[in-house]
Amino acid sequence: MIYLDNNATTPLHPKVKEKIIDFLDDYGNPSSQHEFGRKVRQMVEDARKNIADFLNCDPDEIIFTAGGSEANNTVIKGAVSCCAFCNVSNTHIITSAIEHPSVMNTLKCLEQQNVEVTYLPVDEYGLVNPKDVQNAIKKETALITIMYANNEIGTIQPMEEITKIANENNIPIHTDAVQAIGKIPVDLKKMSVDYLSLSGHKIYGPKGIGVLFRRKGTKSLCPLISGGHQENSMRAGTENTIGIIAMGEAIKQLNLEMNSDVKKIKYLRDKLESGLKKNISNISVNGHSEKRLPNVTNISFNDIEGEAILLRLDMHGVAISTGSACSSGSLDPSHVIIALNVSAEQAHSSIRFSLGRENTEEDIDKTIIAVTETVDFLRKISAI
Amino acid sequence: MNDTNWNYSDKVKEHFFNPKNVLKISEEKYKADGVGENGSPVCGDMMKIYIKVKDNRIYDLKWKTFGCASAIGSTSMLSEMVTANDGMELEEAMKIKPDDIIKELGGLPPNKIHCSVLGDKALRAAIKDYYRNSGQADKINTDKESRVVCHCLNVTEDEIKMEVLEGVKDFDTLQKRTKVSTACGKCEPEVRELVDKYVKKFYEKDIYSGE
Ligand SMILES: Cc1ncc(COP(=O)(O)O)c(C=O)c1O
Ligand code: FES
Repeated sequence: MIYLDNNATTPLHPKVKEKIIDFLDDYGNPSSQHEFGRKVRQMVEDARKNIADFLNCDPDEIIFTAGGSEANNTVIKGAVSCCAFCNVSNTHIITSAIEHPSVMNTLKCLEQQNVEVTYLPVDEYGLVNPKDVQNAIKKETALITIMYANNEIGTIQPMEEITKIANENNIPIHTDAVQAIGKIPVDLKKMSVDYLSLSGHKIYGPKGIGVLFRRKGTKSLCPLISGGHQENSMRAGTENTIGIIAMGEAIKQLNLEMNSDVKKIKYLRDKLESGLKKNISNISVNGHSEKRLPNVTNISFNDIEGEAILLRLDMHGVAISTGSACSSGSLDPSHVIIALNVSAEQAHSSIRFSLGRENTEEDIDKTIIAVTETVDFLRKISAI
Repeated sequence: MNDTNWNYSDKVKEHFFNPKNVLKISEEKYKADGVGENGSPVCGDMMKIYIKVKDNRIYDLKWKTFGCASAIGSTSMLSEMVTANDGMELEEAMKIKPDDIIKELGGLPPNKIHCSVLGDKALRAAIKDYYRNSGQADKINTDKESRVVCHCLNVTEDEIKMEVLEGVKDFDTLQKRTKVSTACGKCEPEVRELVDKYVKKFYEKDIYSGE
C-alpha cells in the first residue's frame, strides 16, 4: 500500500510510538503534588518546552487542546462570544473563503448569532490579497483569522504581511497553521500573530491532541471548556498526558529531521507532478506553483470524476483524496477548488496527493503508473 | 448517517471495477437506433446511452458515463438488466425506475442515490429518440402519468420524488429547482409533506435498498 494522504493524517513517527509505549504506565495526574503527579507534570512541561523551542515562543504561551479544530474554535468563539461578564462589543471577523471546516463552520454558526463575517476571496492560485484584509477592517473587527497554508491545495498565504496589517490596526490575528507546521518554517518571533493553531496528527503524532499558541499580553479568551485550572485556566480537564507527551516528541523529531525530510518530500512531489504531466494529457494543477506546501499537489484530471479515481487507485493500493462532491456527501464539490474560480467540472475531477516522510522513490514510480492506467480507463468510459 | 459512507455492495463494486457494455467504438461506427443523454458534468454526473432495437426489443445497449463509482456501477447494471434474455421490450424498459436498478445493485448508500438516478432517465431519452427516428413519435406519451400535485406549475408527485432522490432534502431547495408552489401556493402544505415523506424514506437508514 502506498499512502499519499498525509494532509488527512500521518502515521506515527517510530520515536513517537516508542515514547507513547514507554509512557503508558505513568498514570499520574499532573495536577497532583505527590511523586506520581510530579513525574508526569515534568514530562508535560518538557513537551511544552519542545514545542515552544520549535516555534520560538515562551512555554507559557502554549495551551494544549484536543486538536486543531478545538484550537480554532477556542480563538474564534472566544473572540466574539462568551459569557455575560465578558461583554464583548466587537462582533466582526475577517477570514478567507478557503478555510478548513473547523473555521468555516464555526463562523457560519456565529453568523446565526449576529456576528458579522467577511469572507475574503482568493485569486486563481488560492492567495488572499493583503490589501483586501486592510480594506475589510472596521472599528467593530474583533479578529482576523486566515489559515497559514491550505490543506487541499497547499497554497501558503502571505502571513507576515497580513500579520503586519493586523498589528498596525491593533486587531487580534489568528492563523490556522495545522498544515504549515513541519512543512515550512514558522517562527513566532519573526511573525507576530496573536494566536496560532496546531494539530498532532498532521506531524506524525497522535490524533486528538493539538496546541493553541496565545501570545502573552493579548486579550484573554473565555475557555471553550470551563472547569479546573489546567492550561492556565484556558482549557479545563485533566490533561491528555499521552497525547501531550507524544506531541512533544513529534515536534522534537521535526526539529531534528524537518529540513532533510522536506527536501526529500519536495523532490518526490515534483517527480510525481512532472511524471503525471508527462504521461497524461489535459490535466491542470490547482493552487500556486511556488507559494505552496512542498508535499502536496492537487490535480484535476479533466473529464473524469474524483471519487471514481479514488476508488480505482485504492484498488491499486494507492491512497489519495478528492475534492469531488461525491466523496463529500453533499451535492457541492470542494469550496476551496470552487473559490479558485475554476469550473465545477474541474472541481469534480480534482485529486489531492499529499506526501510524507515515509514515501519512497519507488512509491512515486508505482503511483505514476497506477494513475496513468486509472485515468486512461475512466476516460475511455467517460461520456464527455 | 455517516456523510462519507463507503458501504458499496459487492454488486456495485463488481460493476464499477469491471463495467459491462461500455461503448468502445466510435458513435458513428456503432450506429445506434436511439441515443439518450442525461446529467451534466457541472453536477458531477453525466451519462449517454445508445440502444439498438429489433422487433420492439432492445437487443443491444452501450453506454458511457462521467461520474462516481455508483454512477458507473448503476449504468453498467442497467445495461445488463435491459439486454438480458434477448432484450427487454420497449414499453417495459420505459418503465424502469431508479428503485429497480438500486434493488438489482443490492442497495446504495443514501448519499449516493442521486448519482444513480440518471441511468433510467437517459434510457427513456434513448427510447424516445428511437421512436422519433422510426416514425413512432405517437408512442412517446405513453409514460404512466403521475398524480399532479401542483396544478399551477404542473409538478407531479413522481417529480418531487425524483428530486429527493437526486439529493433535494428540503422544500426551499425543491422550490428553487422546480418552482413548485410559487403561484397560488395552495399546494404548499402537501408538497412539504411529500418532501418530508420521501426524505424520510430514502435517507433514514444507512443503506437504501429500494421500495
Ligand atoms: C487546515 C486544518 N485545520 C484544522 C484541522 C483540524 O485538526 P484536528 O483534526 O486536529 O481537529 C485540519 C485537519 O483536519 C486542517 O487540515
Ligand atoms: S397549485 Fe402549486 S402553486 Fe398553485
